[in-house]
Amino acid sequence: MDILLAIAIMALGALVLGAALGFSSIKFKVEGDPLVEKIDAILPQTQCGQCGYPGCKPYAEAIAKGEADINLCPPGGMEGVQRLADLLGREVKALEAEEKPKQVARIDENTCIGCTLCIQACPVDAIVGAAKQLHTILTQQCTGCELCLPPCPVECIHMEVVPETLDNWKWKYPVVSIHPASPVASPEKEAA
Amino acid sequence: MLSQLFKFHGGVKPASHKDLSNQAPIVTAPLPSRLIVPLHQSIGGTPRPVVAVGDRVLKGQLIGEADGWLSAAIHAPTSGTVVEIAMHTRPHPSGLSSQCVVIEPDGRDEWIAHGPADYAAMTPADICSYLQRYGIVGLGGAGFPTHGKLTANPKVAMAELIINAAECEPYITCDDRLMRERAEEIVRGTAIFRDMLKPQKVIIGVEDNKPEAIAALCAAVTALAEPFTVVPVPALYPAGGAKQLIRVLTGKEVPGAMRSTADMGVQVFNVGTAYAAWRAIGHGEPLISRVVTLTGNVRQAHNVEALIGTPMDELLRLASPNPDTDGIIMGGPMMGFLVPDETAPIVKTSNCLIAHSARLFPPKAPEMPCIRCGACARACPHELQPFELYWHSRAKDFGKTQQYHIFDCIECGCCSFVCPSRIPLVQYFRFAKSEIWAREREKKASEEAKQRFEFKQFREEREKADKAEKLAKAAAAQAAKKAAEAAAAAGGTVAAEAPAAAGDDPAAAAKKAAIAAAMARAKAQREAVQAKNTDELTPQQAHEMAAIEARRAAAGVSEAPAASTDSRTE
Repeated sequence: MDILLAIAIMALGALVLGAALGFSSIKFKVEGDPLVEKIDAILPQTQCGQCGYPGCKPYAEAIAKGEADINLCPPGGMEGVQRLADLLGREVKALEAEEKPKQVARIDENTCIGCTLCIQACPVDAIVGAAKQLHTILTQQCTGCELCLPPCPVECIHMEVVPETLDNWKWKYPVVSIHPASPVASPEKEAA
Repeated sequence: MLSQLFKFHGGVKPASHKDLSNQAPIVTAPLPSRLIVPLHQSIGGTPRPVVAVGDRVLKGQLIGEADGWLSAAIHAPTSGTVVEIAMHTRPHPSGLSSQCVVIEPDGRDEWIAHGPADYAAMTPADICSYLQRYGIVGLGGAGFPTHGKLTANPKVAMAELIINAAECEPYITCDDRLMRERAEEIVRGTAIFRDMLKPQKVIIGVEDNKPEAIAALCAAVTALAEPFTVVPVPALYPAGGAKQLIRVLTGKEVPGAMRSTADMGVQVFNVGTAYAAWRAIGHGEPLISRVVTLTGNVRQAHNVEALIGTPMDELLRLASPNPDTDGIIMGGPMMGFLVPDETAPIVKTSNCLIAHSARLFPPKAPEMPCIRCGACARACPHELQPFELYWHSRAKDFGKTQQYHIFDCIECGCCSFVCPSRIPLVQYFRFAKSEIWAREREKKASEEAKQRFEFKQFREEREKADKAEKLAKAAAAQAAKKAAEAAAAAGGTVAAEAPAAAGDDPAAAAKKAAIAAAMARAKAQREAVQAKNTDELTPQQAHEMAAIEARRAAAGVSEAPAASTDSRTE
């Protein structure tokens, strides 16, 4: 009798807990993949495609699925790799390509023929202009992805490194400079 | 006199060295060879230049117009010719340049027409815009446009207006001399701020190591019959920090997250700002000069009234620096910095130039490891934990530094001053702060880029869909037209079918209609074709045909029998 009661109690418990689990799996269902969102938040959103994927989100999805390595994003730099490694518990790897300083595209206004090809190529709509009208780059919005360079038939776009100004200047990491030993502490004196 | 003074946490007592320069009266500096006036001298927008190269300007003439509400105008410090509007080194630890108007003085120092403002007739809004047009900014160090602090929060009653005359940093005596010599004008300026903010009381806080200044201020307050209290505060660095002075005088603690102390009914102005405000309103003089302490490794340390834009090296020469001078510190020894380029001009916030030499400021011994003694935490006037901040800044763990409230740090240097391991703590905090700011900027930019990218994708999808719909509509129209034609040709049967088939989906209906029309055409064609040679058949032919028909029937090919066999039968 006791054993039956025990089994009944356990069965009841299993039922209740199972029902709770089933209910919460429907009620608290997570839409989409939160991991992709987290990875995407680390990526620099330049949408440059240097990783081989058509934008930052597809690359984030590929990383989440385990299809892509975490060291394919040059604009993110080593720091981005580090943060992805921290998030995903993967090994830190050296960056595939070289790290570059932040750049923005610039259109040589004397050469531009107004073909609109770069406008179509820009992933973030940072180029304004119209057919047969001069185009120009919105420097504030340019992510420096270089996608506008290849389509230009007259090669009037070039990349410029963003200069250091008083607005973006940063205090440097304190470095202790190492000086040669002062003459006071020279061996002759010590010997004397 | 106030009944009670309060104490702030920590603080240090560095050697003051104020007696070097506080004995001699303020001297007006001679005109320099040229004046380099930076357009951006205060917090907020960069003023737009309103003069061109070659223009002759008069002393006090507007040369840079305030850009936006939080910005203050810039004026020509003397009469002369604008020789250049170009990038010049700023007095900034970075040594970077910004746009400056360079004026070559003509030596006549000719004023533009000016006179006192009709103060009685001015509304508070008038006074705000007046002070902005006259370029008045906070002269204590941060350079916040003064008019921006003169609008009281309507929800909070203004309890105390504090005039900050503590001047707690070593070496600096410009405010001390100003109070001794021009106390009356300071009190008049304070009265303007009082009229604007309508506080319950006005307190002038002076460190007690300036008895002459306190006496002069008390005399001026009595002479002008103003109900201001001059309060000597104990000399303890950094008593001149706005939050520390509020604490000492009122006992109020300013919350770290509070953006403006006006939200808690207190407003603080530097004593030099009050003086400049009075010069603007009482005399119509814009802020074109200020008192600068010249001290340090010099033979004649004193204070000068120097024009904004005077090159630092030229100005320091007035105090005859000793030959072993190897640099200029702008500001005090605690919070100032060694200027990277000595030809940089003084600006509205330059209160002191200290001639630097290895004798006066011996090079710091190398940094040693933190021994966790906690001396920095005891010295911190903001009750932070500098050693914790140091470890996290050093490890570039910026999230942690923010948890330890790095942005409450005022960079006063007390922690570095007391550190037995000589760790440059403030440098680490500055590094961490600017990294966090840079990251914020990057994050904002990437957020924006993401939005723009997603919108572009959405737009492209929408355009594609629009185009497809348009094409489908055109095709449907075309098909309907053809179907109608075919129906007209083939008679009623198809025409009856087509509209019935034209259901809900226009594209599918169009396709169906097109197929129906094609079938109708084919049928019509077939019907039109008649077998022409089936009249005179031989029995053999007839037999053959019957056999073929039988085979066809067996194979399941069912077509109109009469029309299909003509080619074979010939």
